Amino acid sequence: MAGNLARLRSQVELALAGRVAAPFTYRDRNFAEHVSTGIAEIDLLAGGLPRGALTEIFGPDCSGRTSLLFSALSMRTAHLEACALIDGCDAFDPHSAEAAGVDLKQLLWVRCKNIQQALRATDLLLQSGGFGFIALDLSDVSREVVRHVPLDAWFRFRRAVEDTQTILVVLEQESNAKTCASLVLHLEGETGRWATSTQTQAIPNSISKLLEGFDVRAEVLRSRVQPVVRTTFRDGLAAANASGRSAIYEAHAPWNYSMGARSGLKPK
Amino acid sequence: MAFASIHVPNFMVQAVVSAEPELRGCAVALVDGVPPLCVVVALNETARMAGIQLGMSESQAEEFCTVEIRKRSLARERALHAALLDVGWSVSPRIEDTAPETIVLDIAGLHLLFGPEENIASELVRRAAALGLSAHVAVSANLETAIHGARGVSGITLIPPGEEANCLGLLPVHALCPTIEIQETLARWGIRTCAEFAALPMLQLSERLGQEGVLLHELARGARLRSLVLAEPGTCFVEEMELEEAVEDLEPLSFLLGRLLDQLCARLRARSLAAAAIHLRFDLGDFFGKEVQVQREKSLEEVTSKIYEKVLNLPVAMGDSKTLLKLMRLQLQANPPHASIMKITLMAEPARARAAQGGLFRPSIPDPEKLELTVARLASLVGDANIGSPELVDSHRPGNFRMGRFVPAREEPSVRRKIRCGVVAPDNSEENAELQFRQTAIAFRIFRPEWPAKVELRGSCPAYIIFRGMRGNITTASGPWRTSGDWWREDEWLQDEWDVNVRLDCSAAQNKRPSYASSREGLYRIYYDALRQGWFVRGRYD
Repeated sequence: MAGNLARLRSQVELALAGRVAAPFTYRDRNFAEHVSTGIAEIDLLAGGLPRGALTEIFGPDCSGRTSLLFSALSMRTAHLEACALIDGCDAFDPHSAEAAGVDLKQLLWVRCKNIQQALRATDLLLQSGGFGFIALDLSDVSREVVRHVPLDAWFRFRRAVEDTQTILVVLEQESNAKTCASLVLHLEGETGRWATSTQTQAIPNSISKLLEGFDVRAEVLRSRVQPVVRTTFRDGLAAANASGRSAIYEAHAPWNYSMGARSGLKPK
Repeated sequence: MAFASIHVPNFMVQAVVSAEPELRGCAVALVDGVPPLCVVVALNETARMAGIQLGMSESQAEEFCTVEIRKRSLARERALHAALLDVGWSVSPRIEDTAPETIVLDIAGLHLLFGPEENIASELVRRAAALGLSAHVAVSANLETAIHGARGVSGITLIPPGEEANCLGLLPVHALCPTIEIQETLARWGIRTCAEFAALPMLQLSERLGQEGVLLHELARGARLRSLVLAEPGTCFVEEMELEEAVEDLEPLSFLLGRLLDQLCARLRARSLAAAAIHLRFDLGDFFGKEVQVQREKSLEEVTSKIYEKVLNLPVAMGDSKTLLKLMRLQLQANPPHASIMKITLMAEPARARAAQGGLFRPSIPDPEKLELTVARLASLVGDANIGSPELVDSHRPGNFRMGRFVPAREEPSVRRKIRCGVVAPDNSEENAELQFRQTAIAFRIFRPEWPAKVELRGSCPAYIIFRGMRGNITTASGPWRTSGDWWREDEWLQDEWDVNVRLDCSAAQNKRPSYASSREGLYRIYYDALRQGWFVRGRYD
């Protein structure tokens, strides 16, 4: 009996040789390297972004999805990884990304006109390989349209990115990838914070207020893979903000640290 | 001092066969001349066995159904000659371009690289075969002996020093390429081989045949001495193909381009080079049937031109013909020629082949050749202008940028790099970089094109806004931030920007745009365009 099993096993291995490496070896899918998002609270909450997996970030407009994306992009481009942004609605602002620290030379920007183009472009980039970070931005595509993306597209993305070093991030208004996403983050924006300026009196008819930023509440809805390498960032404030499955962090306007297109105009 | 000569027998036929590899092994005859007076000018041994003879008219040759009749191609002969030179330059830098079908190499000192002369000759035959050439090679200490040895004896011939006369003696005398008159004279004398010719007394020979006879006598004895006339290494890699029937569709065109690219890349590889750019040129014939439609889409000058030219610029030097063919196909799909193609010319700009070794600790980057192919495919999907790496331009005009070519950095991370917001990380460790992160930058999303809006002012401050079917009170506003510029141009701008917090009226939003219903409050950037006298929403903070 044991001899028959061994023979059968060797026959199957022989038949699958070249296509499937070690078909009878158990693959531990929980092993995944996590990288920092650049936001300490998110790193503490979710352990960062998993490589070789699909991460879904969703939330309504003005909920900080793009801020989180830019933060993660700035980290990856700073480490000279090749990054790609598939822009489903052509809404990417290079000035804002540059102010957020994204190295634009390391970023391939694909400006799509519709969701079909965006999905096809994602397929092509995933098949190409070698990218450290691929973001599919469907933030401004209406919920109804994204809901009609067939589930096999998400499965295909998950399979394509599996066993690679690529981080695949999808930005949407609501979660659609279901079980294909290894990490699902839900973001909600709080009311904007405004500061009173002292120098705007010099400008006639101006209002002595300045946008400082807004708070973002992040919640982990699903985290399939447990991070093996946790970020080493330890910050008391971040730890206090991140408790349980949710966290709050602040997004700051770039002119608060003397950068951005309008730094010359806005009071510092 | 030693010389190796490479000779390509039946050069004209081989030139045609190299472009049509399926003709290998077939009986092939080439015709040339002005129709209808075309005659057979070259043929291979199989065609000769079938009964074809030189000088036959084309119509006579066509009666032999087993023989493939082709037109002589000067373009292919030029390309084959260039390929032959490339074979020589791949082995030795000192080469003489003796004839279209023959070259001579100075192989002195090459034994250190390739071993004995026999190995050098074998290597030359192998490299010629890699380019689709069937060549004869002869090695001798005498230059002229090497040339005539290669022309007269098939395969590899090694002629030891002092044995030149013996080796050449077996060759027919016409192998020395005498004039017709001398050939006839020698035939009357009964002289058939070089040995018989070399045995003639020199003085009497010079009295009867003159200086040319003396020269031939020296050649027959292997005693003729001269130095090598060096050829300059060419930097132009051109492959041409004249088509007997015009090509209109992409599929057969790809087939032909593939052949030419294979040949071009093989030549580049023989010189340890790769292509930095490929210049594609088509000589066009008649217009397609869809001429009228094409004419509407293209400029008149473009349509009436009989030449179609494209340049395939490559970010890194490439030598893989399959990748180049895919890139070329994508470019042709995007910009197809407007007429049928009569002649194809490919020219490669040579560059040093890329030699890079990936580091274990370097971040993963796409393979340059794969990346170029992916970018080309994406460009065909979304358009050339919609893909690339964004570059900021030196202007204060809002939203101004340009798209550049995406070339990710490949070197090690620098010691000091900007991570974010002007903060500099002291080294390349991720932990130290993360320590610099304290603030998350708020991101801005642009609406392209900007959304027109109606804004009600309270005093000079925006108080209520209607845009894209949504309406709401402006609870907080910051501004105006005035920008202007390019007043000397037609596209000048003068805008007052406001950052506003809008509390949307959800009932109105649900009626018109349900997708925005959940966005009860939002941070937007609006502006008043003083030139257009209207309000617009530039984008949203997210």
